[in-house]
Amino acid sequence: MSGGLLEVRRLSRRFAAVDALKDVDFTVVAGEVHALIGPNGAGKTTFIHHVSGALRPDHGSVHFAGRDVTGLSMHERVRAGMARSYQITNVFPSLSVRDNAALAVQGRADAGSSFRFWRPVAAETALFGEAESCLAQVGLAGKADAIAGSLSHGEQRALELAMALATRPQLLLLDEPMAGTGPEESARMVELIEDLARHVTILLVEHDMDAVFRLADRISVLVNGQMICTGRPDEVRNDPGVRRAYLGDHL
Amino acid sequence: MAFYRPTRWQRPLALALLVALAALPFVLEAFDQAFYIGLATRVLIFALAASSLNLVLGFGGMVSLGHAAFFGIGAYVAAICQQAGINEALVAFPAAMAAAGLFALAVGAVSLRTRGVYFIMITLAFAQMVYYLFISARTWGGDDGLPLAGRMTLAGISLAGDRALFFAALAALTAAMVLFARLVDARFGRTLQAIRENETRMEALGYPAFRYRLVAFALGGAFAGLAGALLANLTGLASPNLLQWTQSGTLLVMVIIGGVGTLWGGVVGAALLLGLEEVLVGVTEHWHIILGLLLLAVVLFAPKGVTALFAAKGGGR
Repeated sequence: MSGGLLEVRRLSRRFAAVDALKDVDFTVVAGEVHALIGPNGAGKTTFIHHVSGALRPDHGSVHFAGRDVTGLSMHERVRAGMARSYQITNVFPSLSVRDNAALAVQGRADAGSSFRFWRPVAAETALFGEAESCLAQVGLAGKADAIAGSLSHGEQRALELAMALATRPQLLLLDEPMAGTGPEESARMVELIEDLARHVTILLVEHDMDAVFRLADRISVLVNGQMICTGRPDEVRNDPGVRRAYLGDHL
Repeated sequence: MAFYRPTRWQRPLALALLVALAALPFVLEAFDQAFYIGLATRVLIFALAASSLNLVLGFGGMVSLGHAAFFGIGAYVAAICQQAGINEALVAFPAAMAAAGLFALAVGAVSLRTRGVYFIMITLAFAQMVYYLFISARTWGGDDGLPLAGRMTLAGISLAGDRALFFAALAALTAAMVLFARLVDARFGRTLQAIRENETRMEALGYPAFRYRLVAFALGGAFAGLAGALLANLTGLASPNLLQWTQSGTLLVMVIIGGVGTLWGGVVGAALLLGLEEVLVGVTEHWHIILGLLLLAVVLFAPKGVTALFAAKGGGR
Protein backbone atom coordinates (compact mmCIF):
# COMPACT_ATOMS: atom_id res chain seq x y z
CA MET A 1 0.00 0.00 0.00
CA SER A 2 1.47 3.36 -0.92
CA GLY A 3 0.82 6.80 0.52
CA GLY A 4 0.92 5.59 4.10
CA LEU A 5 1.67 8.10 6.83
CA LEU A 6 4.12 5.62 8.33
CA GLU A 7 5.87 3.09 6.16
CA VAL A 8 8.31 0.56 7.50
CA ARG A 9 10.22 -1.34 4.82
CA ARG A 10 12.04 -4.64 5.27
CA LEU A 11 13.10 -3.73 8.79
CA SER A 12 15.48 -6.20 10.45
CA ARG A 13 17.24 -6.19 13.76
CA ARG A 14 19.33 -8.87 15.45
CA PHE A 15 20.26 -8.96 19.12
CA ALA A 16 23.21 -11.34 19.41
CA ALA A 17 21.89 -14.61 17.95
CA VAL A 18 18.24 -13.65 18.09
CA ASP A 19 16.35 -12.18 15.16
CA ALA A 20 14.21 -9.70 17.05
CA LEU A 21 12.69 -8.36 13.83
CA LYS A 22 12.87 -10.06 10.44
CA ASP A 23 12.09 -8.18 7.22
CA VAL A 24 9.11 -6.39 8.67
CA ASP A 25 6.95 -4.45 6.23
CA PHE A 26 4.33 -2.30 7.84
CA THR A 27 2.15 0.63 6.86
CA VAL A 28 -0.10 2.94 8.83
CA VAL A 29 -2.51 4.93 6.65
CA ALA A 30 -3.36 8.47 7.67
CA GLY A 31 -6.55 8.64 9.70
CA GLU A 32 -6.73 5.03 10.85
CA VAL A 33 -6.30 3.37 14.20
CA HIS A 34 -3.85 0.58 13.50
CA ALA A 35 -3.33 -1.97 16.26
CA LEU A 36 -0.23 -4.08 16.60
CA ILE A 37 -0.74 -7.29 18.51
CA GLY A 38 1.25 -10.43 19.12
CA PRO A 39 2.18 -12.88 21.85
CA ASN A 40 4.62 -11.89 24.59
CA GLY A 41 8.16 -11.63 23.30
CA ALA A 42 7.03 -11.24 19.69
CA GLY A 43 9.05 -8.04 19.34
CA LYS A 44 6.31 -5.43 19.61
CA THR A 45 8.18 -3.11 21.93
CA THR A 46 11.38 -3.55 19.90
CA PHE A 47 9.39 -2.63 16.82
CA ILE A 48 7.95 0.49 18.45
CA HIS A 49 11.45 1.50 19.54
CA HIS A 50 12.55 1.33 15.91
CA VAL A 51 9.61 3.40 14.78
CA SER A 52 10.13 6.06 17.47
CA GLY A 53 13.88 6.20 16.94
CA ALA A 54 15.06 4.80 20.27
CA LEU A 55 16.75 1.95 18.37
CA ARG A 56 18.32 1.77 14.92
CA PRO A 57 17.69 -1.13 12.53
CA ASP A 58 20.38 -3.35 10.99
CA HIS A 59 18.56 -3.24 7.67
CA GLY A 60 15.49 -1.58 6.29
CA SER A 61 14.02 1.86 6.60
CA VAL A 62 11.32 3.88 8.30
CA HIS A 63 9.44 6.51 6.32
CA PHE A 64 7.19 9.08 7.90
CA ALA A 65 4.97 11.53 5.99
CA GLY A 66 6.85 10.79 2.80
CA ARG A 67 10.27 11.30 4.31
CA ASP A 68 12.97 8.76 5.20
CA VAL A 69 13.43 9.15 8.96
CA THR A 70 15.62 6.08 9.52
CA GLY A 71 18.63 8.24 10.37
CA LEU A 72 16.77 10.68 12.60
CA SER A 73 17.05 10.58 16.38
CA MET A 74 14.02 10.31 18.63
CA HIS A 75 13.70 14.03 19.29
CA GLU A 76 13.93 14.80 15.58
CA ARG A 77 11.14 12.32 14.83
CA VAL A 78 9.00 13.91 17.51
CA ARG A 79 9.54 17.29 15.90
CA ALA A 80 8.56 15.71 12.58
CA GLY A 81 5.17 14.84 14.08
CA MET A 82 5.49 11.44 15.70
CA ALA A 83 4.70 11.26 19.42
CA ARG A 84 4.74 8.26 21.71
CA SER A 85 3.42 7.31 25.09
CA TYR A 86 5.18 4.76 27.22
CA GLN A 87 4.27 1.32 28.44
CA ILE A 88 5.37 2.29 31.93
CA THR A 89 4.08 5.60 33.22
CA ASN A 90 6.66 8.18 32.41
CA VAL A 91 5.59 11.59 33.66
CA PHE A 92 7.50 14.00 35.91
CA PRO A 93 6.11 13.03 39.31
CA SER A 94 7.33 16.08 41.25
CA LEU A 95 5.83 18.61 38.83
CA SER A 96 2.19 19.60 38.76
CA VAL A 97 -0.06 18.13 36.07
CA ARG A 98 -0.17 21.52 34.37
CA ASP A 99 3.62 21.87 34.43
CA ASN A 100 3.99 18.42 32.88
CA ALA A 101 1.73 19.37 30.00
CA ALA A 102 3.39 22.79 29.63
CA LEU A 103 6.77 21.11 29.36
CA ALA A 104 5.40 19.04 26.48
CA VAL A 105 4.03 22.16 24.76
CA GLN A 106 7.36 23.95 25.27
CA GLY A 107 9.20 21.15 23.47
CA ARG A 108 7.37 21.81 20.24
CA ALA A 109 9.20 23.55 17.40
CA ASP A 110 6.55 26.26 17.02
CA ALA A 111 6.56 27.04 20.74
CA GLY A 112 9.88 28.86 20.36
CA SER A 113 13.35 28.09 21.60
CA SER A 114 13.92 26.64 25.04
CA PHE A 115 17.26 28.43 25.21
CA ARG A 116 15.63 31.23 27.16
CA PHE A 117 17.50 32.17 30.28
CA TRP A 118 15.68 35.07 31.86
CA ARG A 119 11.88 35.00 31.83
CA PRO A 120 10.29 32.71 34.42
CA VAL A 121 8.42 29.81 32.85
CA ALA A 122 5.50 30.56 35.14
CA ALA A 123 5.01 33.88 33.29
CA GLU A 124 4.63 32.19 29.91
CA THR A 125 0.86 32.19 29.73
CA ALA A 126 0.75 30.88 26.16
CA LEU A 127 2.38 27.61 27.22
CA PHE A 128 -0.05 27.09 30.06
CA GLY A 129 -3.10 28.03 28.04
CA GLU A 130 -2.33 25.31 25.57
CA ALA A 131 -1.34 22.88 28.27
CA GLU A 132 -4.78 23.30 29.83
CA SER A 133 -6.54 22.58 26.57
CA CYS A 134 -4.53 19.35 26.18
CA LEU A 135 -5.48 18.38 29.71
CA ALA A 136 -9.12 19.11 28.96
CA GLN A 137 -8.94 16.79 25.97
CA VAL A 138 -8.05 13.85 28.21
CA GLY A 139 -10.39 14.83 31.03
CA LEU A 140 -7.76 16.11 33.44
CA ALA A 141 -8.77 19.78 33.44
CA GLY A 142 -9.87 19.57 37.07
CA LYS A 143 -6.58 18.06 38.18
CA ALA A 144 -4.23 20.66 36.68
CA ASP A 145 -2.92 21.84 40.05
CA ALA A 146 -2.31 18.36 41.46
CA ILE A 147 1.22 17.00 41.70
CA ALA A 148 1.55 14.42 38.95
CA GLY A 149 2.93 11.80 41.34
CA SER A 150 -0.25 11.96 43.41
CA LEU A 151 -2.56 11.00 40.52
CA SER A 152 -4.09 7.55 40.24
CA HIS A 153 -2.50 5.17 37.79
CA GLY A 154 -5.24 5.71 35.22
CA GLU A 155 -4.94 9.48 35.54
CA GLN A 156 -1.20 9.28 35.03
CA ARG A 157 -1.82 7.28 31.86
CA ALA A 158 -4.19 10.02 30.72
CA LEU A 159 -1.57 12.67 31.52
CA GLU A 160 0.92 10.68 29.49
CA LEU A 161 -1.53 10.92 26.58
CA ALA A 162 -2.03 14.64 27.11
CA MET A 163 1.73 15.17 26.94
CA ALA A 164 1.96 13.20 23.71
CA LEU A 165 -0.94 15.26 22.30
CA ALA A 166 0.74 18.50 23.33
CA THR A 167 3.51 17.82 20.82
CA ARG A 168 0.75 18.10 18.16
CA PRO A 169 1.54 14.81 16.47
CA GLN A 170 0.29 13.50 13.15
CA LEU A 171 0.92 10.01 14.44
CA LEU A 172 0.48 8.86 18.01
CA LEU A 173 2.34 5.71 19.09
CA LEU A 174 0.56 4.26 22.08
CA ASP A 175 2.54 1.51 23.79
CA GLU A 176 0.07 -0.47 25.91
CA PRO A 177 -2.00 2.45 27.18
CA MET A 178 -4.22 0.08 29.22
CA ALA A 179 -1.28 -1.61 30.96
CA GLY A 180 -1.96 -1.92 34.66
CA THR A 181 -5.32 -0.13 34.59
CA GLY A 182 -8.45 -1.56 36.16
CA PRO A 183 -11.57 -2.37 34.10
CA GLU A 184 -13.20 0.99 34.80
CA GLU A 185 -10.08 2.94 33.89
CA SER A 186 -9.63 0.79 30.79
CA ALA A 187 -13.12 1.60 29.63
CA ARG A 188 -12.44 5.30 30.10
CA MET A 189 -9.14 4.97 28.23
CA VAL A 190 -10.88 3.26 25.30
CA GLU A 191 -13.37 6.12 25.11
CA LEU A 192 -10.52 8.60 25.26
CA ILE A 193 -8.60 6.92 22.43
CA GLU A 194 -11.79 6.71 20.36
CA ASP A 195 -12.18 10.41 20.84
CA LEU A 196 -8.55 11.18 19.94
CA ALA A 197 -8.74 8.97 16.85
CA ARG A 198 -10.98 11.55 15.23
CA HIS A 199 -8.10 14.02 15.09
CA VAL A 200 -4.94 11.96 14.89
CA THR A 201 -3.65 8.73 13.35
CA ILE A 202 -2.91 6.13 16.01
CA LEU A 203 -0.60 3.15 16.13
CA LEU A 204 -1.72 1.14 19.12
CA VAL A 205 0.20 -1.69 20.78
CA GLU A 206 -2.07 -3.42 23.23
CA HIS A 207 -2.70 -6.74 24.96
CA ASP A 208 -6.30 -6.03 25.85
CA MET A 209 -8.07 -7.73 22.91
CA ASP A 210 -11.47 -6.23 23.71
CA ALA A 211 -9.97 -2.79 23.42
CA VAL A 212 -8.05 -3.69 20.26
CA PHE A 213 -11.09 -5.08 18.44
CA ARG A 214 -13.20 -2.16 19.50
CA LEU A 215 -10.73 0.54 18.49
CA ALA A 216 -8.77 -0.75 15.54
CA ASP A 217 -9.58 -0.09 11.89
CA ARG A 218 -6.84 -2.52 10.97
CA ILE A 219 -4.74 -4.97 12.92
CA SER A 220 -1.24 -6.31 12.31
CA VAL A 221 0.05 -9.41 14.03
CA LEU A 222 3.70 -9.78 14.94
CA VAL A 223 4.97 -13.25 15.85
CA ASN A 224 8.61 -14.10 16.48
CA GLY A 225 9.76 -10.90 14.83
CA GLN A 226 7.73 -11.45 11.68
CA MET A 227 4.59 -9.66 10.59
CA ILE A 228 2.35 -12.63 9.78
CA CYS A 229 -0.89 -10.86 8.99
CA THR A 230 -2.43 -7.43 8.44
CA GLY A 231 -6.10 -6.80 7.86
CA ARG A 232 -9.48 -5.70 9.15
CA PRO A 233 -10.40 -7.02 12.61
CA ASP A 234 -12.70 -9.76 11.25
CA GLU A 235 -10.06 -10.89 8.76
CA VAL A 236 -7.44 -11.12 11.47
CA ARG A 237 -9.80 -12.91 13.83
CA ASN A 238 -10.38 -15.65 11.26
CA ASP A 239 -6.81 -15.95 10.02
CA PRO A 240 -5.53 -19.49 10.60
CA GLY A 241 -1.92 -18.35 11.11
CA VAL A 242 -2.97 -15.93 13.82
CA ARG A 243 -5.07 -18.58 15.54
CA ARG A 244 -2.15 -20.98 15.50
CA ALA A 245 0.21 -18.37 16.96
CA TYR A 246 -2.17 -17.46 19.77
CA LEU A 247 -3.30 -20.99 20.55
CA GLY A 248 0.30 -22.15 20.42
CA ASP A 249 1.03 -19.52 22.98
CA HIS A 250 -1.42 -21.10 25.37
CA LEU A 251 -0.43 -24.74 24.87
CA MET B 1 14.97 15.45 42.98
CA ALA B 2 12.60 18.32 43.11
CA PHE B 3 12.45 21.08 40.55
CA TYR B 4 13.61 24.54 41.56
CA ARG B 5 10.91 26.92 42.72
CA PRO B 6 11.69 30.41 43.93
CA THR B 7 10.49 30.92 47.49
CA ARG B 8 8.88 34.10 48.68
CA TRP B 9 11.51 34.88 51.31
CA GLN B 10 14.39 34.29 48.94
CA ARG B 11 14.64 37.76 47.44
CA PRO B 12 14.45 39.76 50.70
CA LEU B 13 16.89 37.33 52.32
CA ALA B 14 19.33 37.63 49.42
CA LEU B 15 19.09 41.44 49.54
CA ALA B 16 19.71 41.44 53.29
CA LEU B 17 22.72 39.17 52.80
CA LEU B 18 24.03 41.45 50.07
CA VAL B 19 23.72 44.52 52.31
CA ALA B 20 25.42 42.70 55.17
CA LEU B 21 28.26 41.58 52.91
CA ALA B 22 28.66 45.08 51.50
CA ALA B 23 29.07 46.39 55.04
CA LEU B 24 31.41 43.57 56.08
CA PRO B 25 34.78 45.09 55.04
CA PHE B 26 33.99 48.33 56.86
CA VAL B 27 32.92 46.47 60.00
CA LEU B 28 36.05 44.33 59.93
CA GLU B 29 38.21 47.41 59.48
CA ALA B 30 36.44 49.19 62.33
CA PHE B 31 37.22 46.29 64.63
CA ASP B 32 40.79 46.08 63.39
CA GLN B 33 40.22 42.67 61.82
CA ALA B 34 40.96 43.69 58.21
CA PHE B 35 42.90 40.45 57.85
CA TYR B 36 39.60 38.61 57.51
CA ILE B 37 38.63 40.55 54.38
CA GLY B 38 40.98 38.24 52.48
CA LEU B 39 39.25 35.16 53.90
CA ALA B 40 35.84 36.61 53.09
CA THR B 41 36.97 37.26 49.51
CA ARG B 42 38.16 33.67 49.27
CA VAL B 43 34.76 32.47 50.45
CA LEU B 44 33.00 34.60 47.80
CA ILE B 45 35.27 33.27 45.06
CA PHE B 46 34.76 29.65 46.06
CA ALA B 47 31.04 30.30 46.42
CA LEU B 48 31.08 31.38 42.77
CA ALA B 49 33.10 28.32 41.68
CA ALA B 50 30.93 25.91 43.69
CA SER B 51 27.73 27.53 42.39
CA SER B 52 28.95 27.12 38.83
CA LEU B 53 29.56 23.43 39.56
CA ASN B 54 26.11 23.18 41.12
CA LEU B 55 24.58 24.37 37.85
CA VAL B 56 26.29 21.46 36.11
CA LEU B 57 25.98 18.86 38.85
CA GLY B 58 22.84 19.83 40.71
CA PHE B 59 20.63 21.24 37.99
CA GLY B 60 22.12 19.41 35.02
CA GLY B 61 22.69 16.08 36.76
CA MET B 62 26.21 15.84 35.32
CA VAL B 63 28.68 14.53 37.90
CA SER B 64 31.82 16.21 36.65
CA LEU B 65 35.14 15.54 38.31
CA GLY B 66 36.91 17.97 36.03
CA HIS B 67 35.54 21.31 37.13
CA ALA B 68 38.94 22.37 38.51
CA ALA B 69 40.24 22.50 34.94
CA PHE B 70 37.94 25.42 34.15
CA PHE B 71 38.70 27.06 37.49
CA GLY B 72 42.45 26.75 36.90
CA ILE B 73 42.29 27.85 33.28
CA GLY B 74 40.59 31.05 34.45
CA ALA B 75 43.44 31.70 36.88
CA TYR B 76 46.09 31.04 34.23
CA VAL B 77 44.36 33.21 31.62
CA ALA B 78 44.36 36.09 34.11
CA ALA B 79 48.09 35.60 34.79
CA ILE B 80 48.90 35.16 31.10
CA CYS B 81 46.94 38.32 30.27
CA GLN B 82 49.00 40.25 32.77
CA GLN B 83 52.20 38.74 31.41
CA ALA B 84 51.11 39.98 28.00
CA GLY B 85 50.64 43.47 29.38
CA ILE B 86 46.87 43.40 29.81
CA ASN B 87 46.21 44.53 33.35
CA GLU B 88 42.57 45.48 32.97
CA ALA B 89 40.17 43.02 34.56
CA LEU B 90 37.38 44.12 32.22
CA VAL B 91 39.42 42.47 29.47
CA ALA B 92 41.18 39.71 31.40
CA PHE B 93 38.11 38.38 33.26
CA PRO B 94 35.92 38.01 30.16
CA ALA B 95 38.92 36.41 28.44
CA ALA B 96 39.21 33.94 31.33
CA MET B 97 35.49 33.18 31.09
CA ALA B 98 35.69 32.73 27.34
CA ALA B 99 38.73 30.44 27.49
CA ALA B 100 37.27 28.31 30.29
CA GLY B 101 33.83 28.26 28.66
CA LEU B 102 35.15 27.27 25.25
CA PHE B 103 37.30 24.54 26.75
CA ALA B 104 34.26 23.32 28.69
CA LEU B 105 32.32 23.31 25.42
CA ALA B 106 34.95 21.07 23.84
CA VAL B 107 35.22 18.77 26.88
CA GLY B 108 31.44 18.57 27.11
CA ALA B 109 31.01 17.85 23.42
CA VAL B 110 33.08 14.70 23.92
CA SER B 111 32.23 13.70 27.50
CA LEU B 112 28.47 14.20 27.32
CA ARG B 113 28.20 11.28 24.92
CA THR B 114 28.95 9.05 27.90
CA ARG B 115 27.02 8.45 31.11
CA GLY B 116 27.56 7.64 34.75
CA VAL B 117 30.99 6.45 35.79
CA TYR B 118 32.36 6.95 32.29
CA PHE B 119 31.38 10.59 32.38
CA ILE B 120 33.11 11.03 35.75
CA MET B 121 36.26 9.36 34.45
CA ILE B 122 36.42 11.22 31.15
CA THR B 123 35.95 14.65 32.77
CA LEU B 124 38.65 13.67 35.26
CA ALA B 125 40.93 12.62 32.41
CA PHE B 126 40.47 15.92 30.59
CA ALA B 127 41.21 17.87 33.76
CA GLN B 128 44.38 15.87 34.45
CA MET B 129 45.50 16.46 30.86
CA VAL B 130 45.24 20.19 31.44
CA TYR B 131 47.06 19.83 34.76
CA TYR B 132 50.02 18.06 33.15
CA LEU B 133 50.01 20.49 30.26
CA PHE B 134 50.46 23.46 32.59
CA ILE B 135 52.99 21.66 34.79
CA SER B 136 55.21 21.02 31.80
CA ALA B 137 54.74 24.45 30.23
CA ARG B 138 57.96 26.29 31.13
CA THR B 139 56.75 29.62 29.76
CA TRP B 140 53.90 29.53 32.24
CA GLY B 141 56.04 28.64 35.23
CA GLY B 142 55.73 24.87 35.16
CA ASP B 143 55.48 23.35 38.65
CA ASP B 144 55.80 26.73 40.34
CA GLY B 145 52.82 28.27 38.62
CA LEU B 146 52.61 31.68 37.06
CA PRO B 147 52.82 34.59 39.54
CA LEU B 148 51.06 37.89 39.02
CA ALA B 149 53.21 40.99 39.38
CA GLY B 150 50.38 42.63 41.26
CA ARG B 151 46.61 42.80 41.26
CA MET B 152 44.81 44.05 38.19
CA THR B 153 42.66 47.12 37.76
CA LEU B 154 38.93 46.97 37.24
CA ALA B 155 37.65 49.77 35.00
CA GLY B 156 40.75 51.71 35.96
CA ILE B 157 40.28 51.20 39.71
CA SER B 158 43.11 49.26 41.30
CA LEU B 159 42.19 45.99 43.00
CA ALA B 160 45.36 46.18 45.09
CA GLY B 161 43.42 47.01 48.23
CA ASP B 162 41.71 44.05 49.91
CA ARG B 163 38.47 45.96 50.11
CA ALA B 164 38.46 46.65 46.35
CA LEU B 165 39.03 43.00 45.46
CA PHE B 166 36.36 41.95 47.96
CA PHE B 167 33.82 44.15 46.19
CA ALA B 168 34.91 42.87 42.80
CA ALA B 169 34.33 39.29 43.99
CA LEU B 170 31.02 40.26 45.56
CA ALA B 171 29.88 41.86 42.31
CA ALA B 172 30.87 38.79 40.31
CA LEU B 173 29.10 36.42 42.70
CA THR B 174 25.99 38.62 42.79
CA ALA B 175 25.81 38.80 39.01
CA ALA B 176 26.27 35.05 38.71
CA MET B 177 23.66 34.27 41.36
CA VAL B 178 21.11 36.59 39.75
CA LEU B 179 21.74 34.93 36.40
CA PHE B 180 21.54 31.40 37.87
CA ALA B 181 18.37 32.24 39.78
CA ARG B 182 16.69 33.52 36.62
CA LEU B 183 18.02 30.76 34.44
CA VAL B 184 16.90 27.81 36.55
CA ASP B 185 13.39 29.24 36.73
CA ALA B 186 13.24 30.04 33.00
CA ARG B 187 12.59 27.70 30.09
CA PHE B 188 16.21 26.64 29.95
CA GLY B 189 16.38 25.65 33.62
CA ARG B 190 13.06 23.83 33.48
CA THR B 191 14.31 21.89 30.47
CA LEU B 192 17.67 21.15 32.07
CA GLN B 193 16.12 19.83 35.27
CA ALA B 194 13.59 17.75 33.38
CA ILE B 195 16.44 16.18 31.41
CA ARG B 196 18.17 15.44 34.71
CA GLU B 197 15.01 13.71 35.91
CA ASN B 198 14.17 11.74 32.77
CA GLU B 199 16.25 12.19 29.66
CA THR B 200 14.37 9.66 27.50
CA ARG B 201 11.04 11.29 28.25
CA MET B 202 12.41 14.66 27.19
CA GLU B 203 13.76 13.19 23.95
CA ALA B 204 10.29 11.75 23.40
CA LEU B 205 8.86 15.25 23.81
CA GLY B 206 11.16 16.55 21.08
CA TYR B 207 13.97 18.01 23.19
CA PRO B 208 17.56 17.46 21.99
CA ALA B 209 18.87 16.70 25.50
CA PHE B 210 22.53 16.77 24.53
CA ARG B 211 22.43 20.42 23.46
CA TYR B 212 20.88 21.65 26.70
CA ARG B 213 23.36 19.70 28.78
CA LEU B 214 26.26 21.02 26.73
CA VAL B 215 25.23 24.65 27.11
CA ALA B 216 24.84 24.23 30.87
CA PHE B 217 28.22 22.52 31.06
CA ALA B 218 29.92 25.34 29.13
CA LEU B 219 28.16 28.02 31.16
CA GLY B 220 29.31 26.34 34.38
CA GLY B 221 32.84 26.23 32.99
CA ALA B 222 32.79 29.92 32.09
CA PHE B 223 31.79 30.99 35.60
CA ALA B 224 34.38 28.67 37.12
CA GLY B 225 36.87 30.51 34.89
CA LEU B 226 35.73 33.85 36.31
CA ALA B 227 36.23 32.50 39.84
CA GLY B 228 39.72 31.33 38.86
CA ALA B 229 40.68 34.74 37.51
CA LEU B 230 39.52 36.36 40.76
CA LEU B 231 41.43 33.83 42.84
CA ALA B 232 44.64 34.47 40.89
CA ASN B 233 44.23 38.13 41.82
CA LEU B 234 43.66 37.28 45.48
CA THR B 235 46.62 34.93 45.88
CA GLY B 236 48.87 36.55 43.29
CA LEU B 237 49.52 33.19 41.66
CA ALA B 238 48.06 30.92 39.01
CA SER B 239 49.03 27.63 40.59
CA PRO B 240 48.83 24.22 38.94
CA ASN B 241 47.26 22.99 42.19
CA LEU B 242 44.10 24.81 41.15
CA LEU B 243 43.85 22.42 38.20
CA GLN B 244 44.32 19.25 40.16
CA TRP B 245 41.53 16.74 40.64
CA THR B 246 41.60 17.28 44.40
CA GLN B 247 40.41 20.80 43.66
CA SER B 248 37.48 19.35 41.71
CA GLY B 249 36.85 17.17 44.76
CA THR B 250 36.83 20.18 47.09
CA LEU B 251 34.27 21.93 44.89
CA LEU B 252 32.16 18.77 44.81
CA VAL B 253 32.29 18.53 48.62
CA MET B 254 31.17 22.15 48.90
CA VAL B 255 28.20 21.51 46.64
CA ILE B 256 27.23 18.31 48.46
CA ILE B 257 27.47 19.95 51.89
CA GLY B 258 25.54 23.01 50.76
CA GLY B 259 22.90 21.15 48.79
CA VAL B 260 23.03 19.60 45.34
CA GLY B 261 20.54 21.25 43.01
CA THR B 262 19.57 24.05 45.38
CA LEU B 263 20.20 27.61 44.28
CA TRP B 264 22.20 28.48 47.41
CA GLY B 265 23.96 25.16 47.81
CA GLY B 266 27.30 26.31 46.41
CA VAL B 267 27.38 29.49 48.47
CA VAL B 268 26.43 27.79 51.73
CA GLY B 269 28.83 24.92 51.11
CA ALA B 270 31.79 27.18 50.31
CA ALA B 271 31.15 29.34 53.38
CA LEU B 272 30.81 26.31 55.65
CA LEU B 273 33.84 24.43 54.38
CA LEU B 274 36.22 27.40 54.31
CA GLY B 275 34.83 28.76 57.60
CA LEU B 276 35.28 25.43 59.35
CA GLU B 277 38.75 25.06 57.93
CA GLU B 278 39.69 28.49 59.26
CA VAL B 279 38.34 27.77 62.73
CA LEU B 280 39.77 24.26 63.01
CA VAL B 281 43.25 25.21 61.82
CA GLY B 282 43.47 27.43 64.88
CA VAL B 283 42.42 24.59 67.19
CA THR B 284 44.56 21.68 66.12
CA GLU B 285 47.15 20.60 63.62
CA HIS B 286 45.04 17.56 62.80
CA TRP B 287 42.09 19.64 61.69
CA HIS B 288 41.47 17.41 58.70
CA ILE B 289 40.16 14.68 61.00
CA ILE B 290 37.61 16.93 62.67
CA LEU B 291 36.59 18.34 59.31
CA GLY B 292 36.12 14.80 58.01
CA LEU B 293 33.90 13.87 60.95
CA LEU B 294 31.83 17.00 60.46
CA LEU B 295 31.40 16.19 56.79
CA LEU B 296 30.30 12.70 57.73
CA ALA B 297 27.73 14.21 60.08
CA VAL B 298 26.40 16.48 57.35
CA VAL B 299 26.06 13.60 54.91
CA LEU B 300 24.39 11.39 57.54
CA PHE B 301 22.02 13.92 59.05
CA ALA B 302 21.44 16.31 56.17
CA PRO B 303 21.87 14.17 53.07
CA LYS B 304 20.23 16.81 50.90
CA GLY B 305 22.67 19.43 52.12
CA VAL B 306 22.56 22.09 54.76
CA THR B 307 20.38 24.36 52.62
CA ALA B 308 17.63 21.74 52.69
CA LEU B 309 17.52 21.92 56.51
CA PHE B 310 16.59 25.58 56.32
CA ALA B 311 14.21 25.07 53.44
CA ALA B 312 12.32 22.44 55.48
CA LYS B 313 12.01 24.86 58.40
CA GLY B 314 10.83 27.56 56.04
CA GLY B 315 7.80 25.47 55.09
CA GLY B 316 9.11 23.20 52.32
CA ARG B 317 8.33 24.05 48.78
